[in-house]
Amino acid sequence: MTTTRPTVLLVGYGMVGHRFLEALADSGAADRHRVVVLAEEPRPAYDRVALTSYFSGRTPEDLLLGEDGFLDRHGFELHLSSPAASIDRAARTVTTADGRTFGYDTLVLATGSYPFVPPVDGRDAEGCFVYRTIEDLRAIESYAAGAKTGAVVGGGLLGLEAAGALKGIGLDTHVVEFAPRLMPVQVDEGGGAALRRTIEEMGVTVHTGVGTRTVLVSAEGRATGMGFTDGSALDTDLVVFSAGVRPRDQLARDCGLTVGERGGIAVDENCRSSDEHVFAIGECALAVDGRVYGLVAPGYEMAATVARQLAGQDPRPFTGADLSTKLKLLGVDVASFGDAFGSTPGALDVVYSDSRAGVYKKLVVSREGALLGGILVGEADQYAALRPLTGTGTPLPVPAESLVLPTGLAAPAALGGSALPDDAVVCNCHNVTKGLIRGAVTEQGCGTVPEVKRCTEAGTGCGSCLKLIGSIVTEELAAGGVEVDRGLCPCFAHTRAELYEIVRVRGVTTHRQLLAEHGRLRGEGCEICKPTVASIIASLAPELPAVSGHILDGEQAALQDTNDHFLANIQRNGSYSVVPRIPGGEITPEKLIVIGEVARDFGLYTKITGGQRIDLFGARVDQLPQIWSRLVAAGFESGHAYGKSLRTVKSCVGSTWCRYGVQDSVAMAIRLELRYRGLRSPHKLKSAVSGCARECAEARGKDFGVIATSSGWNLYVGGNGGATPRHADLLAQDLSDQELIRLIDRFLMFYIRTADRLERTSTWLERLDGGLDHVRDVVVHDSLGLAAELERQMAGHIAGYQDEWAATLATPDRLRRFVSFVNAPGVPDPSIRFTPERDQVKPDLAVLATVEELLRPLDTVPRLSEAR
Amino acid sequence: MTTTATATTATTATATDRVELRTGTDWTPVCDWAALVPGRGVAVLLPDGRQAAVFRDHLGRVHAVANRDPFTGAYVLSRGLLGSTPDGRVYVASPLLKQRFDLLTGACLDDDTVRIPVHSARIGSAQPPAAARQHHPAGPAHRGRNGAARGRV
Ligand SMILES: Cc1cc2nc3c(=O)[nH]c(=O)nc-3n(C[C@H](O)[C@H](O)[C@H](O)COP(=O)(O)OP(=O)(O)OC[C@H]3O[C@@H](n4cnc5c(N)ncnc54)[C@H](O)[C@@H]3O)c2cc1C
Ligand code: FES
Repeated sequence: MTTTRPTVLLVGYGMVGHRFLEALADSGAADRHRVVVLAEEPRPAYDRVALTSYFSGRTPEDLLLGEDGFLDRHGFELHLSSPAASIDRAARTVTTADGRTFGYDTLVLATGSYPFVPPVDGRDAEGCFVYRTIEDLRAIESYAAGAKTGAVVGGGLLGLEAAGALKGIGLDTHVVEFAPRLMPVQVDEGGGAALRRTIEEMGVTVHTGVGTRTVLVSAEGRATGMGFTDGSALDTDLVVFSAGVRPRDQLARDCGLTVGERGGIAVDENCRSSDEHVFAIGECALAVDGRVYGLVAPGYEMAATVARQLAGQDPRPFTGADLSTKLKLLGVDVASFGDAFGSTPGALDVVYSDSRAGVYKKLVVSREGALLGGILVGEADQYAALRPLTGTGTPLPVPAESLVLPTGLAAPAALGGSALPDDAVVCNCHNVTKGLIRGAVTEQGCGTVPEVKRCTEAGTGCGSCLKLIGSIVTEELAAGGVEVDRGLCPCFAHTRAELYEIVRVRGVTTHRQLLAEHGRLRGEGCEICKPTVASIIASLAPELPAVSGHILDGEQAALQDTNDHFLANIQRNGSYSVVPRIPGGEITPEKLIVIGEVARDFGLYTKITGGQRIDLFGARVDQLPQIWSRLVAAGFESGHAYGKSLRTVKSCVGSTWCRYGVQDSVAMAIRLELRYRGLRSPHKLKSAVSGCARECAEARGKDFGVIATSSGWNLYVGGNGGATPRHADLLAQDLSDQELIRLIDRFLMFYIRTADRLERTSTWLERLDGGLDHVRDVVVHDSLGLAAELERQMAGHIAGYQDEWAATLATPDRLRRFVSFVNAPGVPDPSIRFTPERDQVKPDLAVLATVEELLRPLDTVPRLSEAR
Repeated sequence: MTTTATATTATTATATDRVELRTGTDWTPVCDWAALVPGRGVAVLLPDGRQAAVFRDHLGRVHAVANRDPFTGAYVLSRGLLGSTPDGRVYVASPLLKQRFDLLTGACLDDDTVRIPVHSARIGSAQPPAAARQHHPAGPAHRGRNGAARGRV
């Protein structure tokens, strides 16, 4: 049946190839074509732009671009590890290196580029690498394990990124650039100098104005050093060539398609090559303006151009693109946009340079004061606002000099979204204009940045435009008369984080007082603020005057959700489930037997949870104290399954038993679980410890996950399973036990202090200004000077910990609530009944379906003492 | 089924005062005033086998509604938290799926088509301890649907 549909054959499945498939799917053209993809690499398309994050813990799977099942859903046929070797244009076939032949009606070439390696002696020695694919990075990683020094040939964008990676994996790092300055394509002399100083301060040695003449090679064929054109030499164990890229146009050359003088498959403005059945897109194409684009955004535009034609829509010609870039290289912000070098006739410039701080800013303006371009090094926050203004011809809304002065000096020149015309491109990665973003707010009802992201794709690329999108959304909402209510609930105009600060600083000890002094309503409070405030007070209890640490004392008792109120989890028929704590999932046979006996004696349904413990279902409130007195007697504690607090710390069996394990993950999991048990937080907290990189405990799906390394522990934060899975990000690596615990103490307390109500660490990390970097600054580098206080708070929590169930059983007043009916304490609730299922019980829902059902048998309801 | 509720202001109530619910023409004492925590409820069993949820709000008024959550059928409303709307209506939020019910009218604030029964409630003055003891455990379990004592004590 597929033979009736014309075949689109895509050669090359990189970033642009993937975008092309997405565009085919979006435009509906996918249904009308058979789509076949030949990929050279052994895995589907991945995010090459984020390649370097492999070194900070992102796995190849994390980097994949399409969501699961993308290809299957659209019926795209993918052949991995199948490089195309030749094209027969007359027969319209492509043959792969292993000899398979595929026919096509339309051929799309998206073969990207290859790294250029200058023809120096010894360049093939062991220890010489390029920096383009995951395989390249893996090779560098394993070779670097036995190396001390690394040198990068090329001081451009990619070279500096590679240098950052070598530095990050602990090599003594050198950068060698032939031009007299770093990043010669993007920045001028002044910018290059600022960049160089900052990079050298970080301990990377920079050599400019020298060429590499040779790689010195040992007798065994390993690289040992480099010789330069000025006669000097450098000892190095590893060399990364990053001296630019060249379009991969060999296939096209071999079959006689027109290619450019300096490479690139020549295409017209519809991205069609010299053969009408063949298109070329991305880095392998020579665009109609005579340029080969080495950035991803122009490639995406080309992909859309071709997909539109295949869908039969009006073509949207690709005639050229903006080469503006903003990057963070070795932690230095660098941005270059528009006419950065002032080559427009009559161009003037305004420059600010502070070599002490490594800041250099230059704006190029026309005689009339319109912005033509610029270069920002060391401080590039204004890039997002300036780039869209570039080339619009309208004079700047504020004097250009006020834009280059450092923040805090002279007039604050914050350029919000209001300065921009509607057709200004706000998101360069996805070519989204301000007008489109405004439309998303006014016409499609988007009220937040994440909604705008989903609706327009703006901000889903490099992310540099997010702040500007935020200000446009706020301005638009305000203009539409919509007030953005950040308040926790109708009762409070404050966020949870603000209430936390008020409680902490003012020492407020009750919800009543907080509502009276800070609420916007003066009523009862509500089901949202009561438990939230209870949780805040519980988190801060160790430092608040006269607050009991027990959540069922005083006013606290009145604020808790039913789960916290009965220290158990309510289920659909009004019964509760019980989860004793089993730290790290380790349990003795004796304790297992006690759980079994309790479940049997009370007729409870038992199930093993995902957190390596056992859940006992179907208890009536009046049974809970009886159940718990047996569990407490056997040495169990509350598992806090009912609370917004630490649940479990899962673990794999670790080095004690496992032949692969490198650390004792069980001991660490138990230690962490006992340390943080009972800690009240904005949402539940999950954790896990894996004993080796195989990650059997799934630590990266947790709020804080720990993975053993041969020299200690890696700490990951912000992971989540559930409906919106997120892999945790690496916060710090190779930590000792003490360092690990200190960082987790700080991380958790910082989260508790600043998160919104019911905000898991994953969403919190994504929402926070500055994201993971900010959290790392605060938690690891103590940028806010908070670390000591956070640690002290955690110490207070640990010192004040008591088992809530043991403490409840010991106090008659706390036990009073555990009755089905206050006026008939001995009578069980007749609505809670069970029917058999698979040798256990399940709730009898029929009895709940009507009111009458229950009234009839009331005479015969036995007293509790008779029941058991 | 719906009766209009009387929310009794109980500024003068003392710990030993009784909370009473109207059952037919009688007032049935259901618990001590002291058993109620402001902002929360308790479940009581009425002589005819019905379950009621009895609450004390932050102004010290008592409210009583049917204990059954109409959305799930479970008898749990007594375990919900009280709240009030910006216009001052006091409600209970079901602990299961969080729908809110106005305690004066029984109307569900999240679904116009749903309403729960409301009971009249009042604070009765303290009774002699002996009488109270007699009355109290002679709980609903020992009465038929018509409310007649079975005398099984
Ligand atoms: C470390 C790094 C950082 C970068 N940072 C940025 C950045 O910050 N901003 C930016 O805009 N750009 C950046 N880039 C550039 C960006 O990655 C490229 O512009 C983009 O990947 C181009 O997409 P493409 O699909 O044309 O090529 P590629 O992504 O390279 O994909 C081409 C694919 O085709 C395959 N292929 C080649 N020949 C054949 C064949 N004969 N048969 C089958 N398959 C074949 C290749 O194996 C490859 O998988 C960066 C690149 C690197 C390496
Ligand atoms: S500019 Fe890169 S995501 Fe918007």
